[in-house]
Amino acid sequence: MNSAFIIGQYIPGESFIHRLDPRTKISLIFFFVIFVFFANSVLSYALLTIFSFLVALSTKIKPSFIIKGLTPVWFLIIFTFTIHLIVTQEGEVLYRILGFPIYSGALIQGFSISLRFFLLILFTSLLTLTTTPIEITDAIESLLNPLKKIRLPVHELALMMSISLRFIPTLMQETDKISKAQASRGVDFRSGSLKSRVEAVIPLLVPLFISAFKRAEELAMAMEARGYRGGEGRTKLRELKIRKLDYLAMILFSLVIAGMFLLRK
Amino acid sequence: MKYMNNYAVEFNNVSFRYHEDEPWILKDVSFKIEANKTTAIIGHNGSGKSTIAKLMNGLLLPEHGQIYIYGTRVEEESIWDIRREVGMVFQNPDNQFVGTTVKDDVAFGLENRGIPRLDMQKRIDETLKAVGMIDYLLHEPYRLSGGQKQRVAIASVMAITPSILILDEATSMLDPLGRKEILETVQHLRKKDNLSLIMISHEVNEMIKADYVIVMEDGKVSIEGTPKTIFSSEDRVKEVGLDIPLVTEFALSLKRHGMELESNPLTHEELLETLWTYHLKT
Ligand SMILES: Nc1ncnc2c1ncn2[C@@H]1O[C@H](COP(=O)(O)OP(=O)(O)O)[C@@H](O)[C@H]1O
Ligand SMILES: [Mg+2]
Repeated sequence: MNSAFIIGQYIPGESFIHRLDPRTKISLIFFFVIFVFFANSVLSYALLTIFSFLVALSTKIKPSFIIKGLTPVWFLIIFTFTIHLIVTQEGEVLYRILGFPIYSGALIQGFSISLRFFLLILFTSLLTLTTTPIEITDAIESLLNPLKKIRLPVHELALMMSISLRFIPTLMQETDKISKAQASRGVDFRSGSLKSRVEAVIPLLVPLFISAFKRAEELAMAMEARGYRGGEGRTKLRELKIRKLDYLAMILFSLVIAGMFLLRK
Repeated sequence: MKYMNNYAVEFNNVSFRYHEDEPWILKDVSFKIEANKTTAIIGHNGSGKSTIAKLMNGLLLPEHGQIYIYGTRVEEESIWDIRREVGMVFQNPDNQFVGTTVKDDVAFGLENRGIPRLDMQKRIDETLKAVGMIDYLLHEPYRLSGGQKQRVAIASVMAITPSILILDEATSMLDPLGRKEILETVQHLRKKDNLSLIMISHEVNEMIKADYVIVMEDGKVSIEGTPKTIFSSEDRVKEVGLDIPLVTEFALSLKRHGMELESNPLTHEELLETLWTYHLKT
């Protein structure tokens, strides 16, 4: 089984970014996503790009890992760029490729949109690279906590997420086992028409679902036996704490954003 | 919870069924389990053992009759106190592991009871040491063997210091090594913490070491007593459909062949002892 998949993209480390409170990271990324759309000049884009690269460097994660994580989105970035080249018709015509005009405005538009896209993906992937899934769960629970007032079952949602995280590897092992058992009976998942492959998946899914329901029932029983009675009056072992480091990160971030606004056209 | 009497568990004419129009699963069951002893409940699949276990800590409530834990009646109002006293380890090691790591799993029961964080840390370390899993504190469940997962399950339950520990076929999905691991861990804890241990099993070898045995058959108590008295009534045991331990079987057939052995040995050591005595006498 692929262990990299199990723990998500997380790469253990001790860097400044790793040690930030996950809530700080999530909030800052949230603001970054908004402010990227305010950049409109070469200099403002340059500032954000440099900032993102510095943050990426400071995680001390090998650039090759980060680039590998971005592989699936390269296609989207290039696609966006091409669409802009074709659709936008502003500015003067720079070249003609096979008789098709390329406008200067299109080049600029395509480039800036793709860059924005790239920065967004890079920045958010830094979150999952430096934060364990369970930390992210805790952070979401804590950030959504005010919504308890409007009856959003925040504790239950977080518990659901953490139980899913816990059971993903178990269910993957089971899928593996069942698919081997079915393959040994001659079910073929890998070749044939799409229809026959879909049909081959059914004998895999049915036992998987049945066992998942059984697991859910037994787990609920075990949780109750250990005194689980909802979020009321519960304490938590894992603790989130905003420290000096987090304030430092927030200030730094604010300065960069302020700089970006100054450099706007 | 107050300890109002000396019996860890008491069933008084308990009848239970899962739904109203379904057959009775337990029919007028009564028994008493002494505190600080190891008691085995054995019987065939479907004889109602797990149902009994779930009744003991209020996961199910009886339709007729009363259940007492140290003299406190198990009912809607007392459930949370009862669950503090009665810890339970289930059969499937995977389906009772709640946390994403060993540490988080042991914490789960403590968190449920609102234990402060500092005390939690201490309890987690203590119980994981007691089951020999302290080196695996940050391991995820998929990196543990079945036996290790069950030891974590035991630690998770022991962290809230129950006085009764129920193992519902907790070793049945393990290999012989894992089984040995669990049995040793549990006996160690029993002596250390003065536990009343209730072992549910359909494995005869696990009851040999028990102080008292209750045999279930089709929702009723069929025989109860010490392992020795139970296995001396060979016919009765076979009637219930249980296996007789190999050693006992051997001794019984020696007797049938005219050797007058003094006792019914259950273990190899006892057999050796009995044969010695016999040899010296003749
Ligand atoms: N949740 C349930 N709903 C309905 N019937 C059940 C349920 N659980 C168990 N039973 C039935 O109760 C009987 C006793 O089951 P159980 O207590 O699990 O026996 P054991 O643990 O000795 O194998 C079985 O016939 C079983 O089918
Ligand atoms: Mg059972």
